[in-house]
Amino acid sequence: MSSLQSQNVVARSATTTPPPQARAHVPEVAKLIDVSKCIGCKACQVACMEWNDLRDDVGSNIGVYDNPSDLTSQSWTLMRFFEVEPEPDKLEWLIRKDGCMHCDDPGCLKACPSPGAIVKYANGIVDFISEHCIGCGYCIKGCPFNVPRISGKDNKAYKCTLCSDRVGVGLEPACVKTCPTGAITFGAKEDMVASGEERALELQERGFKNAGLYNPAGVGGTHVMYVLKHADQPQLTGLPQNPSISPFVSLWKGWTKPVALAVMAGAAFTGWFHYLRKGPLEVPEEDEEVASAGTSGETQGEES
Amino acid sequence: MKKLQLQRYNAGQRSNHWAVVTCFVLAAASGFALFHPALFWLTALVGGPQWARILHPYLGIAMFVLFLGMFFMFVSANRWRKEDSEWLASAGDVVSKGNQAQLPQNVGKYNGGQKIVFWLFTSCLVVLLATGLLFWQAWFASSVPIGLQRVAVLLHAVAAFVLVLGFIVHVYAALWVKGTLHAMVRGTVSGGWAKHHHPQWYREQMQGQAATKAPRK
Repeated sequence: MSSLQSQNVVARSATTTPPPQARAHVPEVAKLIDVSKCIGCKACQVACMEWNDLRDDVGSNIGVYDNPSDLTSQSWTLMRFFEVEPEPDKLEWLIRKDGCMHCDDPGCLKACPSPGAIVKYANGIVDFISEHCIGCGYCIKGCPFNVPRISGKDNKAYKCTLCSDRVGVGLEPACVKTCPTGAITFGAKEDMVASGEERALELQERGFKNAGLYNPAGVGGTHVMYVLKHADQPQLTGLPQNPSISPFVSLWKGWTKPVALAVMAGAAFTGWFHYLRKGPLEVPEEDEEVASAGTSGETQGEES
Repeated sequence: MKKLQLQRYNAGQRSNHWAVVTCFVLAAASGFALFHPALFWLTALVGGPQWARILHPYLGIAMFVLFLGMFFMFVSANRWRKEDSEWLASAGDVVSKGNQAQLPQNVGKYNGGQKIVFWLFTSCLVVLLATGLLFWQAWFASSVPIGLQRVAVLLHAVAAFVLVLGFIVHVYAALWVKGTLHAMVRGTVSGGWAKHHHPQWYREQMQGQAATKAPRK
């Protein structure tokens, strides 16, 4: 995706000054995926391919319904199927539409070294600006949800854009538009949280006592949320229980950066000022004379 | 009277050293660029951001392989001895008093500080190579567990930081101690330099010289 001039940028990778913020009254958006309504038809995958003009390679069957078998640089969303026992001897077939969660505190953006290759718009969408991407893969280290994929063809990272181009002109994302069961809805984040919580209550009344909204606080909340039948066990469908940016990544891209830079610059300046104040360490003339007197004065060594 | 000159590094050793320096400067520039946004402009030195990402690992590997040559040439002269600990104790004096300081008389080819730099460079390069391979996106990263890659990126940055501090000390020492740079550029040092800074090495050189001269008479 290219950067959208019509959208405020509230965070920009590898940038230490404020990004453009003239348009201040943009509501945050969110996509709500209700797994209890999902039938696993993959229409969302097709709509995503169609709108974003992606053509993944034809893969091979890995023995389950997941097709393709994983997210790729050409498959930005994927239905994942899980045969699980939330309680002993109670088999359930769970389906989850996987893709970028559009974190409020995006680990990919934090890790990215290339200025402007990853941006977060005021509406909450986290977007990869491909022409600035250098293909280092740091976004993969930063992501708590294992989402970005690097293309082997152009060495650029790709992921769901939440159809930032559609949302920017007032349309809903392609997957939302196409979903035949209404499992995917889109709107203001506030409204989506309210409707997700309401739906979770309904599910609780209908026997899924642990139903709830997945909007993990560890990454500041997300702009893609799930209504889960078993919100107490998000790992049943491959979601982390308490996702957050890895402490190693936070340390690496946090205070070590300015501190290390300051210490290195300080060391160089210390040397320079030591030289200014103390002067060089010189060989005393008498040492030179003694050494030279010890020989006939000819140059020693293999090259002389 | 013409100043006595003693051979310290031959042409092969000097070439090896400066080849390592070239790789280090380019690898450091491209690494710095990806470490802090304030230094992103350094990518221009290696042909732009994409090229910095592409070349950095190869420059690092070239540096490591070339450094191995220096390691084997100089490792025996860099084994730690008890006189090196004595030298370390007097190092603070040299730094603060400069020419007025009393230098120890038992320093061999390398003093304690130079040996520390040698082992610091060696260990940093080993860590940089090992961790760098783990998150090299073009070749290996996709088959390395993500948790390990996250530790590797942090350790890589820490090792690079320590290496750069060692580099600053190394360069400053070469500029501060007059007559030192000559050793690595032209291969020789003056007899007085050797006698003053590396008296034990000086004595060995003079003895060796007397021994090689004797049969000629």
